[in-house]
Amino acid sequence: MTEAYKIVDHTYDVIVVGAGGAGLRATFGMAVKGLKTACITKVFPTRSHTVAAQGGISAALGNMSEDDWRWHFYDTVKGADWLGDQDAIEFMCREAVPAVIELEHYGVPFSRTEEGKIYQRPFGGMTTEYGEGPPAQRTAAAADRTGHAILHTLYQQSLKHEAEFFVEYFAIDLIMDDEGVCRGVMAWNLDDGTLHRFRARMVVLATGGYGRAYFSCTGAHTQTGDGNGMVLRAGLPMQDMEFIQFHPTGIYGAGCLITEGVRGEGGYLTNSEGEKFMERYAPHAKDLASRDVVSRSMTIEMNEGRGVGPNKDYVHLHIEHLSPEIINERLPGIAETARIFAGVDVTKEPIPVLPTVHYNMGGVPTNIHGEAILPRDGNPDAVIPGLMAIGEAACVSVHGANRLGSNSLLDIVVFGRAAADRCVALIDPNSNQPELPKGAGENSIARLDSRRHAKGGTSVAALRGEMQTTMQAHCAVFRTHDVMAEGQKKMTALWAKMDDMGVTDRSMVWNSDLMEALELDNMMLQAVVSLDGALNREESRGGHAREDFPDRDDETWMKHTLAWIDENGKTRIDYRPVHGNTLTDDVKAVPPKERVY
Amino acid sequence: MAEFTLPANSKVRKGKTHAAATGGKNIRKFHVYRWDQDSGENPRTDTYEVDLDDCGPMVLDALIKIKDEVDATLTFRRSCREGVCGSCAMNIDGTNSLACTSFIDEVKGDVKINPLPHMPVIKDLVPDLTNAYAQYTSSQPWLKSESAPPPDKERLQSPEERAKLDGLWECVLCFCCSTSCPSYWWNGDRYLGPATLLQSYRWLADSRDEHTGERLDALEDPFRLYRCHTIMNCTNTCPKHLNPGKAIGEIKKMMVERR
Ligand SMILES: Cc1cc2nc3c(=O)[nH]c(=O)nc-3n(C[C@H](O)[C@H](O)[C@H](O)COP(=O)(O)OP(=O)(O)OC[C@H]3O[C@@H](n4cnc5c(N)ncnc54)[C@H](O)[C@@H]3O)c2cc1C
Ligand code: SF4
Ligand code: SF4
Ligand code: FES
Repeated sequence: MTEAYKIVDHTYDVIVVGAGGAGLRATFGMAVKGLKTACITKVFPTRSHTVAAQGGISAALGNMSEDDWRWHFYDTVKGADWLGDQDAIEFMCREAVPAVIELEHYGVPFSRTEEGKIYQRPFGGMTTEYGEGPPAQRTAAAADRTGHAILHTLYQQSLKHEAEFFVEYFAIDLIMDDEGVCRGVMAWNLDDGTLHRFRARMVVLATGGYGRAYFSCTGAHTQTGDGNGMVLRAGLPMQDMEFIQFHPTGIYGAGCLITEGVRGEGGYLTNSEGEKFMERYAPHAKDLASRDVVSRSMTIEMNEGRGVGPNKDYVHLHIEHLSPEIINERLPGIAETARIFAGVDVTKEPIPVLPTVHYNMGGVPTNIHGEAILPRDGNPDAVIPGLMAIGEAACVSVHGANRLGSNSLLDIVVFGRAAADRCVALIDPNSNQPELPKGAGENSIARLDSRRHAKGGTSVAALRGEMQTTMQAHCAVFRTHDVMAEGQKKMTALWAKMDDMGVTDRSMVWNSDLMEALELDNMMLQAVVSLDGALNREESRGGHAREDFPDRDDETWMKHTLAWIDENGKTRIDYRPVHGNTLTDDVKAVPPKERVY
Repeated sequence: MAEFTLPANSKVRKGKTHAAATGGKNIRKFHVYRWDQDSGENPRTDTYEVDLDDCGPMVLDALIKIKDEVDATLTFRRSCREGVCGSCAMNIDGTNSLACTSFIDEVKGDVKINPLPHMPVIKDLVPDLTNAYAQYTSSQPWLKSESAPPPDKERLQSPEERAKLDGLWECVLCFCCSTSCPSYWWNGDRYLGPATLLQSYRWLADSRDEHTGERLDALEDPFRLYRCHTIMNCTNTCPKHLNPGKAIGEIKKMMVERR
């Protein structure tokens, strides 16, 4: 059967899969140092999901008022509800300052202060003086289109450095050898239908999150976590997948995001009684409390009958009190989005919003260089040779149980660069690259072929819809054992039903029916692992809120979940210790304490 | 706006009609261009009836509904579904736009959907944008300066200088404008087109960029810039409400001023 497919072979030093912010920063960082690097991406680089990021990128530049990267470190540790690795958080927050300056030097059109410096706005959970001082103005912004500004600039830098791209190539699987070394990837060129085998000394996954495993999410249709799916299929674990961030302000109905920067600029939430209810839940930080806290507060308001609308299933976000000049200068994008997707003129009326799936804290476990980890022989931090992960696909873990807004754009550039530096240090481009194992990639082609010719009675869209509604109903803002166990049953049934998949497009050129089938395969793996991890973790921490276990339990649960899944959809769970230590003596580790805002 | 001619593969046949499930009251017909190179057949127009009471408000919602429920072979690009990634550019009822921010209700009567005009088609509504991307690259769209930036600080730029970039940097590279420009249709191989020229101007307008002269030299050519005859289709069609026509005018002004 595989004889029917012609395979085109390539050899590179490094293959980066994904051309979002993380993938691009890594790609040109390696190209510029002379590594033969190619970037494979299923969408043209500037169409990657990073383009949609709105609010900004955090760094203690101190352009608006005094700031210190150690305060940023403290806020991130606390935001993560102590599940983040403090050495990695130190690395990220310290590197933030040069990383954002570097972006400016590359040409990012940041908004400016009167003195001509980069403009910075307040964001949720960002404070000063180790949580004791007033809110920090730490989030560097290009109006409310910061992701667009950064992604386009990184693509431009990639063009400048003549990085090589394979655009509209869909990565199918990793190529692993018998020693557990990653040796390359298999990919499918949508534009002409050919199959490609990329041999490389290092594969860097930068494939983003899997928000589309849910019915309603702020992310793009292409956010299907393919890299995570590839890793799980290779028999390797994911870390902390039960931690899924619900953003407080997705537009009711459409799911499009309204950035937290809106609240940073002075916006606030009200319930059906017109009450600014966040003052009750977070007396200090109010509307700028951490996202998990605000999303839970909103959900409680709605559950207790104080939601707005006929079904009491949303709340109001106000910015009508801000001057039209401020809105025009700093929030033009959300004014447009609210007009188009909510039919609201933000200068006159509130925006209907509700908590919406937004970000995956979990992903491929890695160290601070981006190297993927698989605990072995008593070493919880042993690396997987040949494999790296960066960006939303990775779990370093700098976001722990809850990511602070504007820390992800930071994560992608800091670790994109760290991965490039590591590859430059590790790889000798003049050494011989061993041959691939015999028959490398044949399994993947067989899998693609069987999906392509799938003749069952249920469409990809119907199966996907079932997964999405199950996750939405059974793995939401608040979780209980019974609701999740019910969800688990549904997922098991759905797993069996995947055998009845029907794909109608049989072509190879731009067969998006087949691509969506392969994406669904990837999402199913991640959905099951997330749900099982959530059911397994009997405590509440950050984005994971158990009604039946309302407290954080550091005694038992101060550890990362590792979850594997087999070909029958059965998961296995193990753990890795959290790094409670810092990298250097420049900052003191923050011991766990109660998390109040 | 001018009537558009259809892409290459000349003759477009009438294709299949997919009726809506019975019972719907608010039925709208979508006539969609179809072509699959693997089939070896000529292009055709398929008609899909969609019950708008059971569909989101945007043209992209209807296309996704058709793909999910009626015909999974229908092929189009999409990603962000909120008008920021530029994937879903297509010709909707005679106008180039983004399907995800185009209201179905704003089209009177049947909705005609074609790929971006005058581009080679890969499949259905997926055009081949290789040439447009290559032109963008050829404009060297990155910051160029001789003086080194301050080592640990940003370059300074006043809010007024920064404001000059507004309306330029927000371009999503959807190429709705270029593919609506008659000059680009006829000379797309040599005329850079409004999308790329808007980006050329984005760097000319940036106070941090020091290569104005060199950038203008590269445009001083009978084709690359001067094929623009100020027809303004580009500006009228831009789904992000940018003004490439004006940007081109500004470049021409800079050319005159430096003479
Ligand atoms: C609406 C929204 C707003 C946000 N705003 C902010 C913000 O203001 N600040 C902040 O810090 N964070 C924000 N975030 C989060 C942040 O934008 C993302 O976490 C981050 O951009 C992820 O970047 P990435 O490079 O990891 O992946 P992505 O940008 O998602 O890129 C993934 C890449 O992988 C490629 N890819 C995927 N699968 C395959 C495959 N099978 N084969 C080939 N290529 C593949 C894609 O083509 C793409 O190039 C926001 C998120 C959302 C949803
Ligand atoms: S103004 Fe110039 S670029 Fe725009 S459509 Fe007309 S000729 Fe084309
Ligand atoms: S100028 Fe407008 S129409 Fe042209 S590519 Fe940019 S966003 Fe699209
Ligand atoms: S899907 Fe991104 S612009 Fe329409």
